Amino acid sequence: MTAFAPIRTAIWSPRGGVSAAVLVLVVACALFAPLIAPYAYDIQNLPGANTEPGAAHWMGTDEFGRDLMSRIIYGARTSLSVAVTAISISVAAGLTLGAMAGYFGGWFDRAVTAVVDLTWSFPEILIALILIAIIGPGLESTMVAISIAYLAQFTRLTRAQIMALKNETYVEATTNLGAGHFHIIFRHLLPNALTPVIVAGMLATGDAIILEATLGFFGLGAQPPTPSWGAMMSSGTAQIFIAPWIIIFPGLAIAITVISINLFGDALIEALDIRNRLRSV
Amino acid sequence: MISFFIKRLLLLIPVFLAVSLVIFMIVHLVPGDPIDNLVQINSSPEQKAALAAKYGLDKPLYQQYTIWLGNALTGDLGDAIILRRPVADLIAQNLPHSLSLGALALLFSTVVGITAGALAAIYKDSWIDRVTMTLILLGSTVPGFWLGLLLIMLFAVQLGWFPVSGARSWDALVLPVLTIGLGGVALVARVTRVAMIETARKDFVMMLHAKGVPPWRIELRHVLRHALLPVVTILSLRIGWILGGAVTVEFVFARPGLGSLLITSLNQRDYPVVQGALLMLAVAVMLGTLLGDIVQAAMDPRVRERIK
Repeated sequence: MTAFAPIRTAIWSPRGGVSAAVLVLVVACALFAPLIAPYAYDIQNLPGANTEPGAAHWMGTDEFGRDLMSRIIYGARTSLSVAVTAISISVAAGLTLGAMAGYFGGWFDRAVTAVVDLTWSFPEILIALILIAIIGPGLESTMVAISIAYLAQFTRLTRAQIMALKNETYVEATTNLGAGHFHIIFRHLLPNALTPVIVAGMLATGDAIILEATLGFFGLGAQPPTPSWGAMMSSGTAQIFIAPWIIIFPGLAIAITVISINLFGDALIEALDIRNRLRSV
Repeated sequence: MISFFIKRLLLLIPVFLAVSLVIFMIVHLVPGDPIDNLVQINSSPEQKAALAAKYGLDKPLYQQYTIWLGNALTGDLGDAIILRRPVADLIAQNLPHSLSLGALALLFSTVVGITAGALAAIYKDSWIDRVTMTLILLGSTVPGFWLGLLLIMLFAVQLGWFPVSGARSWDALVLPVLTIGLGGVALVARVTRVAMIETARKDFVMMLHAKGVPPWRIELRHVLRHALLPVVTILSLRIGWILGGAVTVEFVFARPGLGSLLITSLNQRDYPVVQGALLMLAVAVMLGTLLGDIVQAAMDPRVRERIK
């Protein structure tokens, strides 16, 4: 069995296949936005502002007459890059912290656990807002805020995996053969602990997209004219009576993306048979 | 039970100190002189000096923290830079709105969530189950603020049943409560459903069936009762998330409240208000979690044992 076998199983399940197809489409939008988008995202056309969806503009235009569909396609870039970068950093940091804490124990473990438990009871949005208050609004701050807001989750999950693994006989054998701590952690423990953390990271990417959109909606994330799904809806609230599509379509983009991520994640959990390992946290 | 309560309360003190320390540090970590982040625009040098003396800005950082914390605990959170009023007044004015919204949303999530979850479990694999599960998936993945905006479009703009925004009358609460509640309902219903299905497989339930107890009585009196424990656990863990939902939703509905206050002051970089609002929200989350733990301990003696 190769590492890709479970992914193949997930893709061949009905919900996994559909959600994977949608995700490929969203990623393609993000990667090839200039080729796919019918218009530029920042060209204003004030006489054509708030045009209803129609043949020329499939999703209508916004309050500056910019093509909404083009902005949503470019917005996939912003949302995905922020969410994926933030969660990747968070997963990498969580794996390292959790592995060290779980393996070495002692005061380091107690310190890490204390901080993790402290942040655990607070919703991610509150943690993100505290961090934004410190580093100021913007896209980079959003990224930092998201990666720190989710750090506790991955640290906790990794630590639990390592704690369960470190008393296995093969670890004892490797130690007796003279292997160093870091060799054991990075070559033997982490590879076995990796799968649930990566799947949790994938599911968290969906939450991160929503968090990025929420911060953008508050005006604390992407700044104009950068197209971001959340910020687009925020400017649309002023047009809610005359141009509801400015709110409907970006939200739909978020909802479809996040639902697909969750469905595919769920199919992966099933294919990998790791539901119990994720629940143990 | 009382000793449990006291121990649990004592455990909150280090959490409060750590959180307040981070919030205190905000004005020192943002670029620029802390005094410029605290003082109103166009203040005279005398006013600046008076404020610097009040906060002890010439003293070491840990002393400044104790001064700030002492002030905060006695209800003095400083003055708002933009709104030019004591922060404590602003919070006192906004807090009741957030509390009523949060409490109603919690009540709604619990009641509707347990009912939906129980129905889905009792009629497992029927259309009721499938509809509930689909709504649960939607409720847990749709961004809260978008849902709020959709509800505004449908019920306020198109149908005109409820006000679009504000908090002038009771019916302005309906849409915000629904918006926050749906996420909570999804969570509670999912846990209720799984817990009930798992409980229904236990031996004592089979025993009840064998004794000829009517099925509805078994489901309601025995299975549901058993399944409520994990529901309370998850609620006590996630109370903060429901309160956090209030932050977003207040902003969407332009309702007064701590969330709106926080977002507005963050955008205006009005740091005394940011600090005050964050501190209050953090305390609200801590007290909410405490409340959940107490309910859980009251229901389950094993939880009371664990902390001893």
